[in-house]
Amino acid sequence: MSEYTSHNRNGQTIGIVKKQFFSFAAPPDRLKLESGADIGPVTIAYETCGSLNQDKTNVILVLHALSGDSHVAGYYDPKDAKPGWWDIMVGPGKGIDTDRYFVICSNIIGSCAGSTGPSSINPETGREYGTDFPFITVGDMVETQKALINHLGIKSLLSVIGGSVGGMQALEWCTRFPDMVKSVIPLATTTRHSALAIAFNEVARQAIMADPNWNKGHYYSGKKPDMGLAIARMIGHITYLSDESMRLKFGRKLQNRSALSFEFGAEFQVESYLQYQGNKFIERFDANSFLYITKAADYFDLAGQYGSGSLVKAFSKCKAKFLIVSYTSDWLYPTYQSKEMVKAMKKNNLDVSFCEIDSQWGHDAFLLPSDRLDNLIKGFLRGVPN
Amino acid sequence: MKPDHLRYDLKIIASWIEPGASILGLGCGEGDLLFWLKKEKNVKERGIEIQESKVVKCIEKGISVLQGDIKEEIEDYPDNAFDYAILSQTLQQVYEPSSLIHSMMRVAKMGVVSFPNFGHIKVRMQLAFKGQAPVTRELPYSWHNTPNIRVLSLEDFEKFSNQVGFKILKKAAINTKNNQRHGKMVSFLPNLFATYGIFLIGKE
Repeated sequence: MSEYTSHNRNGQTIGIVKKQFFSFAAPPDRLKLESGADIGPVTIAYETCGSLNQDKTNVILVLHALSGDSHVAGYYDPKDAKPGWWDIMVGPGKGIDTDRYFVICSNIIGSCAGSTGPSSINPETGREYGTDFPFITVGDMVETQKALINHLGIKSLLSVIGGSVGGMQALEWCTRFPDMVKSVIPLATTTRHSALAIAFNEVARQAIMADPNWNKGHYYSGKKPDMGLAIARMIGHITYLSDESMRLKFGRKLQNRSALSFEFGAEFQVESYLQYQGNKFIERFDANSFLYITKAADYFDLAGQYGSGSLVKAFSKCKAKFLIVSYTSDWLYPTYQSKEMVKAMKKNNLDVSFCEIDSQWGHDAFLLPSDRLDNLIKGFLRGVPN
Repeated sequence: MKPDHLRYDLKIIASWIEPGASILGLGCGEGDLLFWLKKEKNVKERGIEIQESKVVKCIEKGISVLQGDIKEEIEDYPDNAFDYAILSQTLQQVYEPSSLIHSMMRVAKMGVVSFPNFGHIKVRMQLAFKGQAPVTRELPYSWHNTPNIRVLSLEDFEKFSNQVGFKILKKAAINTKNNQRHGKMVSFLPNLFATYGIFLIGKE
């Protein structure tokens, strides 16, 4: 996902929020990972908005995508230029109404925004893990979120909501812990990557690993593989847009010039945009985290893991109520992939709603301001008994 | 929504539904009927609607609905998954009515089908005396822009039930006015004077 592009400064906001941390799995009780490896201790960064009710039945877990973090809404400081990544959706009176619900968002394991990841210090060596960091899966992300939920004394989740890789976590939650999840809202997501999605991820990873500064992942004491990470991000951004949105946004317009200048600079606006996005990304993201998280997304396969290849079987233990949303111009996770999960859920007699929102903004549409999505989520959540 | 606010034809359908039943609404629109049934009769509801804006209206009301084509979407449900499948004022737009009715009878124990009556006197008069394809309040389109490709009369439907193999358990011939808010039952020459027909159907 990309960062959202606009927010309403005058709109209601949850206000000041705090980044919190939870550490667990201290040796010898290390966290066992799906790959067979183990790790400990593990720290998870998280944020909460709204108030927990007495019975602890108003909890909504929001799951971020590839490059997101726990800062879902509000501001850390009144002087911050931008609020959390989904401030347009999470806040008082908003789609996910913090006057009603207690919202939790945690940074995924493997990431670089406060949770344990490849840029964290490996207690055994005293140096950053780098590529000694074990491989992680979407299932591992969910296990650490479950540990956090347990730590907060919460027994059931009114809803788990996420887009893209966050949607994968939401689907994993209701399959792994069917008794804990009352409802799920997977947005612009899939139950497994297509060859197209894996292909884009692999090109992005190769860009990082081909950077001379990558040094097999042990670059923390020297120069970072910035060029590789920027290119990886540029590739990502192409997949988040659509033919139509690029046509409308850029067309063949030139950047700061009126004629072609026959050089290898950023002549077209689309080139300049991608370079800008790439350069902005390297300031806040770790290249190794990008490698690990894209790999986890590629490995994700709900039917393979829970249904021996059958999606119908994979959802057979689910009990949650679902709202599935796809976007007409999303070519990373096209609507047919959402329809596949809807079909499998229907065959299990699950309570599922599905809406394909007409949008020209491609995969990223779920992060853009949309009354339609706000109203869908608000109405759906009200219908979930707590 | 109070019972008074429900359209007259939908009130009749609602009166036929047992409390607590499971319902599949085919072409459920903005979900008025399903919403009412959920509130007042505590039914377990599922809807199918093709138009995004209407799907959003349903979900905003807290109704479970899928965006899609009824013909395709109905196929995924297990046999007898529902007590009732409701096809309200949509039959006239269905390309293959008999296969849809078969599917309804597969996924539900009973079906409700309602449609505008093409045997109504106004329809007959327009064709007979004006010599033009009828345009009425119930079927308000011209021949070239109508979505209603399967116009039928109450008698046509009864004949159709014999041919396709389902039985009619209940029927109501109604005449509506004021945007269908109000209406009355028609017992005298229903095929001539009823604007709509509503049928409860079951398996043979």
